[in-house]
Amino acid sequence: MRPWVRLLPVAPAVVLLLVFLAGPVLWAFQASLTNASLTGRNARSPVWVGLENYGRLLSDPVLPLSLALTVLFVGGSAVLGQNLLGLAIALLMTRARRSVSAAVGTAVVAAWVLPEIVAAFAAYAYFSRDGTLNQLLGGIGLGRPDWLYSFPMVAIMLANVWRGTAFSMLVYRAALNDVPSEVTEAAVMDGAGGWQRLAFITLPMIRGSIATNLMLITLQTLAVFTLIWVMTAGGPSNASTTLPVLAYQEAFKFGDIGYGTAVASVLILIGVVFGAAYVRLLRDPRP
Amino acid sequence: MRRRALTITSLIASVAFALAGCSPGAPSDEPKTLKVVYQKTDSFTALDTMFKSAKQEFEAAHQGVTVDLQPVQANDDDYGTKLALALRSPSTSPDVFYEDTFKVRSDVDAGYLLNLDSHLKEWKDWDTFDDGAKAAGLGDDGGTYAVPVGTDTRAIWYNKKVLAAAGVSLPWQPHTWQDILDTARKIKASNPSIVPFNLYAGKATGEGTVMQSFYELLYGTGSELYDADAKKWVVGSAGFKDSLSFLKTLYEEKLSVSPAEALDANVWKKVFGEWLPQAKMGATVEGSYSPSFWQKGGSYEWPGYVDDMGVAAFPTQKGQAPGGVSMSGGWTLAVGASTKAPDLAFDFLTTALNQKNSLAFNIASSQIAVRKDVAADAGYQAANPFVKDVSKLVSVTHYRPATSDYPRISAAVQEATEAVITGTQSVEQAAAGYDAAVKGLVGDDKTVRK
Repeated sequence: MRPWVRLLPVAPAVVLLLVFLAGPVLWAFQASLTNASLTGRNARSPVWVGLENYGRLLSDPVLPLSLALTVLFVGGSAVLGQNLLGLAIALLMTRARRSVSAAVGTAVVAAWVLPEIVAAFAAYAYFSRDGTLNQLLGGIGLGRPDWLYSFPMVAIMLANVWRGTAFSMLVYRAALNDVPSEVTEAAVMDGAGGWQRLAFITLPMIRGSIATNLMLITLQTLAVFTLIWVMTAGGPSNASTTLPVLAYQEAFKFGDIGYGTAVASVLILIGVVFGAAYVRLLRDPRP
Repeated sequence: MRRRALTITSLIASVAFALAGCSPGAPSDEPKTLKVVYQKTDSFTALDTMFKSAKQEFEAAHQGVTVDLQPVQANDDDYGTKLALALRSPSTSPDVFYEDTFKVRSDVDAGYLLNLDSHLKEWKDWDTFDDGAKAAGLGDDGGTYAVPVGTDTRAIWYNKKVLAAAGVSLPWQPHTWQDILDTARKIKASNPSIVPFNLYAGKATGEGTVMQSFYELLYGTGSELYDADAKKWVVGSAGFKDSLSFLKTLYEEKLSVSPAEALDANVWKKVFGEWLPQAKMGATVEGSYSPSFWQKGGSYEWPGYVDDMGVAAFPTQKGQAPGGVSMSGGWTLAVGASTKAPDLAFDFLTTALNQKNSLAFNIASSQIAVRKDVAADAGYQAANPFVKDVSKLVSVTHYRPATSDYPRISAAVQEATEAVITGTQSVEQAAAGYDAAVKGLVGDDKTVRK
C-alpha cells in the first residue's frame, strides 16, 4: 500500500489541528502585524503596520514586569511547586498503606477535576479578605493579611499548585510503578540509603517521565488565565499581570487587537522555546 | 485484504466526519428572526423586562416574525467586549442592541451602527426626546445612529443617620472640597469604625473609578480631560494633580475604604448592599440609578433608604461657579449596520422605547427619563423620591470624550489613582506617568498643556 493511503486515517485529525490550532496561531501572528482593533476606524479598515506593535511592546514598561511574573509563575508554581510536590506525594504513596494512599489521591485529584473557573472561585473565596484562610489564621491568633492585595502572586501560585499537582502526581505514580523492584532491591543489598536510591536509581529511571511532565505542566501553566483573572484580574497595579492577562487586557479591554496579539505571539514563542528544550531533554540518550 | 477494508472504512469515516461540519444551514422559508442583544445581570433585570414586553407586543403586531432575545450576563466592561466581538462579523452581529453612549462614536467609526436618520424622520415619538439626550446618538458625521433609553447623573449619596450622629446639620450640602474633608473628619472622630466618605479609585472598579470619583474632582477644578474644540487631550494640569491629592488625603487619613477594599472589583456591592444600609458608611459618590438597588425588587432591597438617604451635589473645588459637578452617561439602542431587515429592526426599537415601555424601564432602573412625556408622568415622579434632585444635576453635568482612544485614557487615569491611593507613587509621579501614557497613546501633537 502506498504510504499516503496509510496516512489517510489520520487526515481528519490533521485537518482539525490545522484548522483549530495552526489557523488561530497564524491568524494571531498576522493580526499582530496590523493595527486591527475592536472599535473605531481601525476596526473597519485595519492596515499593515509591520513590526510596529513589537517595537511598542519593547518600550512598554509593563512588559518586563509581565515577563518576570510569567517566569516566576511558571517556575514557582509548575516547575518547582507542582512538579516536586507531585513527585513527593507519588513517592510517599508507594510506601503508604493502600487506604491512606487512596484518600490522599482522591483529595489531590479533586482539585484537578474541578473546572478552572470553579477552582478559581474556590481559590478566591479561600484567599479573600474574609476567606477561609484568614479565618483559620485568625483562629490561631495570627494576623489576617490581605492575600490578594498584599501578596497576589503568592496566592495565585499556591492556588495553581493546589489545582495542578494532581497531574504530576498521576504521571509520577505511573512512572514509579514501572521501576522494577529487583533494581531497587539490589541497591538495598548494596547498602544504598533512601536518598541514594532516589538520586541514583529512581530518578534516572523515570527521567523520561520527568521531562514529559515538565513540558506538559510548563505549557499548561504558561496559558493559565482564568485562575488569575478571577482572583486578582492582574492587579493590584499590575502586580499579577502575566502575559496571558496582559494579552487579554490589551486585546479586549482596550480593544487593541493588533497589540494584544503581539503579546500573545510572544507568549507562543516562549512556549515553543520551552517545548523545544524539553523535547531535546527527552531525546538525549542516557549519559 | 482486511487491511484494505480497514483503510476504506476509515476513509469513509473521515469524509463523513469532515462533511458533518458542513450541513446546510436553516432553510430560507423559516419565519424572519430579529436578534436582540443586551446586558442583564443579577442586579440589573429592568432591561430584560422591557425587552420581554416589547417582544410580546412586537410579535403580536408582526405575524411570522420572531424576536430572539439574547441577554448577555456580564458587567459593563465584559458586555462591551462581547458586543464588539459580535459586531465584528455580519454573521454574528445582532439586529438591535444595547449600546453605551460613550461607545457610539467609535462604533460608528467602525461601521457597526446603521444610520437611523431616514427612519427617525417618520417616527413621530422622536420629537418627545430631550434634545440634549438626542446628542448622545450622534456620530462624527452628524447623523443619528442610536436612540437613548435613559440617562444618569452622579451625586453624593449620604446616610442621614450617620451624619446626624456625628453632629452634621441636615440636609447636608458641601460647597467646597474642604467641606467634604471637614465633615468626613468629623464622622471619623465620632465613630472610627465608620467609612466617612467613599470615593472609588483604582483599576478594579473600572469606569466607576472615573465616573463616580475622579471626574467629579477634575471637572470641579476647572480643568478637563479633553479639549473638544482643539481635539486635544489635556496634560500637565494643576487640576489633575489637585484631584489626585484629594484622593490621597482621603485614603491616607482612612476617610475612605481601605486601598485593599478599593481594589476589589466587588466593592460597590458592599457599598450598596452592606455599608450604607447598615449605617457603616457616611457618604459615597454614586449614580442617579442608586435607588434601583434598594427599591422593591432591587438586588439589595432596603425600604428604609427613602428616609435614611439624602442626596447632595458634588461641590466644585473652591465653591466656584456653577457650584456643582456631575457626570452623565447612559445607554442607547442601536441597529446593526449589517442587519438584513433594517425596517423591522427599527420597528422593534421603537416598540421597545414607546412611552409605556420607556416609563416602566425608567422607573425600574431609576434612570433619568429622556422622553419628555415620561419625565412628566406622575407615576415616574412618584416612584423615585430622589428623581427631582438627581435630574436637577443635568444642568451641571459633563460627558466623557467618546473618542476611540478614550478607553485607554480612562485606564491611564484609573492607574494614576491606584498608584496614589496605594502609595506606590507620589501625586507628582502619578500625574507625570499619566501625561507620559497619554502622549504615548495619542502622540505629542494631540496633547495640550493647560
